[in-house]
Amino acid sequence: MTAAGATRRTILRDALAIGLATGAYGVSFGAISVAAGLSTAQTCTLSLLMFTGGSQFALVGGAASPGAAAAAAVLLGVRNALYGIRLAPTLRARGLRRFAAAQLVIDESAAMTVGQARADAGRLAFWATGLAVFACWNLGTLTGALGGEALDDPGRFGLDAAVPAAFLALLAPTLHGREPWAVALGGAAVAITVTPLVPAGVPVLCAAGVAVLAGTRGPR
Amino acid sequence: MTWAAVLLASVGCYLCKLAGLSVPARVVAAPRVQRVAALLPVALLGALIATQTFTDGRELVIDARAAGLAAAAVAVWRRAPFLAVVGAAAATTALLRALA
Repeated sequence: MTAAGATRRTILRDALAIGLATGAYGVSFGAISVAAGLSTAQTCTLSLLMFTGGSQFALVGGAASPGAAAAAAVLLGVRNALYGIRLAPTLRARGLRRFAAAQLVIDESAAMTVGQARADAGRLAFWATGLAVFACWNLGTLTGALGGEALDDPGRFGLDAAVPAAFLALLAPTLHGREPWAVALGGAAVAITVTPLVPAGVPVLCAAGVAVLAGTRGPR
Repeated sequence: MTWAAVLLASVGCYLCKLAGLSVPARVVAAPRVQRVAALLPVALLGALIATQTFTDGRELVIDARAAGLAAAAVAVWRRAPFLAVVGAAAATTALLRALA
């Protein structure tokens, strides 16, 4: 097998693994959403149309005040714009393809794409991860919503810890040298510090400031 | 939850994604923009890990999730495949909660 073939196989395998892990979490989203009072149709619509986990949890968590919850969800979604800026030169998606690619710009696909050394591997990683997560997340959501209260405590299976672990596995390949470590830890520290002070979802956005500071003021 | 909130928030989130992909190439080509963009996922992933492990969304909470993340860190360090990393975290957290 060629080196490119091996890379390709690794990318597809990792994409599927990320999809399955996200699907398991999608089950808990579906169950939590229905438990919060959304209908099964609303729950599945969110996973199909919104398709960005953090925003979906933000909306569902604020069922008491739909307007504020919607604002928080969009605010959380702003980070996908930041990912898009990073991914655009690699993806070079034009026309209708860009509208399809846009829906797949999420934490998982962004992390998998920036982890690749070559642009063609990055594009494969983006589409494979995005589509695997989209399929599994929506299937998981439907399963969870239909299962309803049968899985009312996803914490019992440790699913809430599986998500940060997945993010850690995605972050690890980017941690070459002192600067990315400092930025990752700085982002974590900022987010934790402001969590009691600002609405849900905002702490992660505040962490973006660390990247802006490091990128504009750091050593060349 | 109202359908209006579901649909408006969904459209808003999609437009965020589309806007990112649609920023003109010359803006993105600036070295500072590239540096910031390269560091953004690093900072955001760090923040996501921290808030989803050590907070309940409102305040600092140290619970079984922290042990799960530690297990995941060991798995990453040992170069375990992705599913093993995620599985180690979930299993550790579930086990601790079952024992508690």
